[in-house]
Amino acid sequence: MRKTTNQKAWWLVVPVLLLVAFNAFIPLMTVVNYAFQETFGNNQFFWEGTTWFEQVLRSERFHDSMLRQLLFTGMILAIEVPLGIAVALSMPRKGPWVSVCLVLMALPLLIPWNVVGAMWNIFALPDIGLLGYTLNSMGFDYNFTQQPVSAWMTTVVMDVWHWTSLVVLLCYAGLCSIPDAYYQAARIDGASPWAVFRYIQLPKMKRVLTIAILLRFMDSFMIYTEPFVLTGGGPGNTTTFLSIDLVKIALGQFDLGPAAAMSLIYFLVVLLICWVFYTVMMRNEEQ
Amino acid sequence: MSQIEFSNVRHAYPPPAGQAPVYALQEIDQVWDDGGAYALLGPSGCGKTTLLNIISGLLTPSEGSILFDGQEVTALPTTERHIAQVFQFPVVYDTMTVFDNLAFPLRNRQMPEAQVTRRVNEIAEMLDLSERLQQRAAGLTADGKQKISLGRGLVREDVNAILFDEPLTVIDPHLKWKLRSKLKQLHQQIGVTMIYVTHDQVEALTFADKVVVMYDGGVVQVGTPVELFNRPKHTFVGYFIGSPGMNVLPCTLDRGQPVFASHRLDTHHEGDSDAGGRLEIGIRPEFVSFSNDGIPVAIDKVEDLGRYQVVTVRHESQQIKMVIGEDQPIPAASPKIHFNPDHLHLYRDDWMVESGHA
Repeated sequence: MRKTTNQKAWWLVVPVLLLVAFNAFIPLMTVVNYAFQETFGNNQFFWEGTTWFEQVLRSERFHDSMLRQLLFTGMILAIEVPLGIAVALSMPRKGPWVSVCLVLMALPLLIPWNVVGAMWNIFALPDIGLLGYTLNSMGFDYNFTQQPVSAWMTTVVMDVWHWTSLVVLLCYAGLCSIPDAYYQAARIDGASPWAVFRYIQLPKMKRVLTIAILLRFMDSFMIYTEPFVLTGGGPGNTTTFLSIDLVKIALGQFDLGPAAAMSLIYFLVVLLICWVFYTVMMRNEEQ
Repeated sequence: MSQIEFSNVRHAYPPPAGQAPVYALQEIDQVWDDGGAYALLGPSGCGKTTLLNIISGLLTPSEGSILFDGQEVTALPTTERHIAQVFQFPVVYDTMTVFDNLAFPLRNRQMPEAQVTRRVNEIAEMLDLSERLQQRAAGLTADGKQKISLGRGLVREDVNAILFDEPLTVIDPHLKWKLRSKLKQLHQQIGVTMIYVTHDQVEALTFADKVVVMYDGGVVQVGTPVELFNRPKHTFVGYFIGSPGMNVLPCTLDRGQPVFASHRLDTHHEGDSDAGGRLEIGIRPEFVSFSNDGIPVAIDKVEDLGRYQVVTVRHESQQIKMVIGEDQPIPAASPKIHFNPDHLHLYRDDWMVESGHA
């Protein structure tokens, strides 16, 4: 049988291809362009091969920001996920308080990143901020502009305050989708509250939790605005996370080659971790 | 295993502020025998699930008490009532294997592991689940999952009753019949009291020894399928059970005998002309036949169902359904119908007028 050819379908595909090309592929390729070449302006490029990549991967500065980044993301995941689950579990499922709780939970999510940073900056100022002043008058030596530990604590607490709600809302949605019959069956089977959580609630939340962890991982791994406004990466470099460091290299020092190479490495790390995590979670699902 | 007794049980869900409570369940006074297979039959919203939840303890009745083997359990929580329940939608613990699912209620009660294994294997055998014990429960089909739900009830040796809340809703039609006969067989094998809620008369009549027909929050009749068919005590029972349901026609009384369409009808019932109320006769379509003299009717519709014919006839504005054999002729001109006096019942305000006293 002869296959009929119809070129009209191109009209349906081309707009999407153009869109993807202009908003993802071409910008990415410019970065790739810079990552393998040296430029002195005037659109003159010299091939450098993998020099920038080697330089970035060997640089202690990159290792340090990567470690800080991993530590930060690890910490906020370790706090936000259990805390989010706990809050979701204790939220009412029925009644007038549901909407109150939901609105309260959604509020932090509606505040722009830089506003959150500015808020916490003022809130935590040791001399006039409510938090900073209170802590100091209680006898704690707290100054996030000078002490690395204080700066870290403030950054982590700020992120927990800003983003735990996301985990809560997703988990809450998962919990609400569990039919009453499951709880009734568990009561009839004599299950303890822990068993109800372990065998009913947690399995039913698994998909939304996977999404929540992925979103929180990606967002926190690429965090920029909030710590930038709060601490500016300091004191010293103690809160200089990957993206802050990247901006410093690219725009501060104008080292476009290493910055481009670092961007690509950064991108691949995020992609790799997400892919591994998602694959592992979904493989369990199929078994 | 135990006898279940309801003593003046009534239930009203909390009404909106400032309104009088509406009883979802009217007063119920019943004793259900130990080891019986009961079906609660009624349309949606008739209170059957409310009654079931009262038995299981998920709901405490607003009034009255419920007794298992003479022991008051009204205030006991679900866990202490030793009942099992199979829900409309299969409830399995997805992450566990079939074995762990069946073992779950036993392990929660700290039964020694050796005993758990023995008991689970025994029940799995009965339910034909033995070969799937190591599979993940999530991978089973709906009927398999319902079997697990049932199995979790059966493994416990202390079960007073097993409750079924429309358990066949999500099962494929050709498997419904299989699972239902499995239930029936298990009931005979184990002899545990089973209570089965459904709105499907076929399910109720095939499963149960005794069918409890509910209507508008109350129990209207408890009886064997034959009793419900032959002597429906309430017009609703007549209408709801049988396909098509009983004909209910307005009538008057003349010296104790019902009169419909100016025909005096023979019946075993004797009505008291002065008692007042709304009077009706009920006759099942199976007991209406064409005859040479009787009530003149017009034929509206004939439906041939293969094994029998359903004929809809009309006398003035009253429609009457009749079921007649395939080979029986339908008179072409001026048809007349006759009601079998043995199966003609008289109803006053929807309740059957008992013979002899009315």
